[in-house]
Amino acid sequence: MIVADRKSLDEILKMLKPYKKVLLLGCNECVTVSATGGEREVGVLASELKLSRAKDGQEIEIREQTLERQCDHEYIDQIRPFVGDYEVVLSMACGAGIQYLAETYKDKTVLPAVNTTFLGVTLEQGVWSERCQGCGECVLHMTGGICPIARCAKSLLNGPCGGSSNGKCEVDKDLECGWQLIIDRLKALNQMEKYEEIIPIKDWRTSRDGGPRKRIREDLKL
Amino acid sequence: MRLNYPTNIKVVKVPCTGRVDTLLILKTFESGVDGVYLAGCLEGECHFLRGNLRAKKRVQYVKTLLEEVGLGSGRVEMYNMSSAQGQRFAEVAREMAEKIRALGPSPVKKRKL
Repeated sequence: MIVADRKSLDEILKMLKPYKKVLLLGCNECVTVSATGGEREVGVLASELKLSRAKDGQEIEIREQTLERQCDHEYIDQIRPFVGDYEVVLSMACGAGIQYLAETYKDKTVLPAVNTTFLGVTLEQGVWSERCQGCGECVLHMTGGICPIARCAKSLLNGPCGGSSNGKCEVDKDLECGWQLIIDRLKALNQMEKYEEIIPIKDWRTSRDGGPRKRIREDLKL
Repeated sequence: MRLNYPTNIKVVKVPCTGRVDTLLILKTFESGVDGVYLAGCLEGECHFLRGNLRAKKRVQYVKTLLEEVGLGSGRVEMYNMSSAQGQRFAEVAREMAEKIRALGPSPVKKRKL
């Protein structure tokens, strides 16, 4: 899922300073699961904003709404009947959702309430961890199902580097060395011959270096 | 026991402090109360196993939210007592009432949200 962090209330209050009528939009997908921008978090942020404004004797009107998704126009269109009643839209979706809202409602100011951080997994209730950087050319078959791009701080394709010590990364003593994980896993799978293979230089054009990416399936188009 | 506790404390009954959600506490502050405390069972003696421990974590979280908002983290507290500790209940009620009185009225009070 896409994982995000809520922005600090201070930052959000600064962005909202000129506005009194706010449409606060949550998203029912990834940010709900990563407990950043779902219905509950919309409620908490709305309450924080109201308390903060009330404390300073300022008015604020907030409509709380949580869409199924903010990355599909079918759902974004659901706010069309009332979006005009509000001065600003504060979105708690990931960066994709926020941008799609802004693209759809061109005359509306759309503000982000979260910092979108990574593609990851839930390690345990309340703990999320990065697993994928969407580089566009998967090498997991070579690396025991552990991604060297996302899990190695240097994204080395043939590691580890000299900064690996006792299985930890030099970037942070609590951070596991991605390549140590890969080697341990390949050993356990009895596939160390894969480690001997040199992975060639990666063509980063499939990643962000090639500009914003697009996927088309002609058979699905209407 | 005929114990007294401050009359300005309103008791809201819940089946377990684990029922008390973050938003429930925030909404209470929106309504203008000066402070909130949770009176949970003794730790390790929750009928639902972890209800009071969950409540404790939520209270800690609400403290950070109230600090962020500017109301101050001291307006919300978690206490633990058993249902047989009437004396302790009255003592905590007095303690919390005094603490909130010292903090003064909530700045949100009597202001329309």
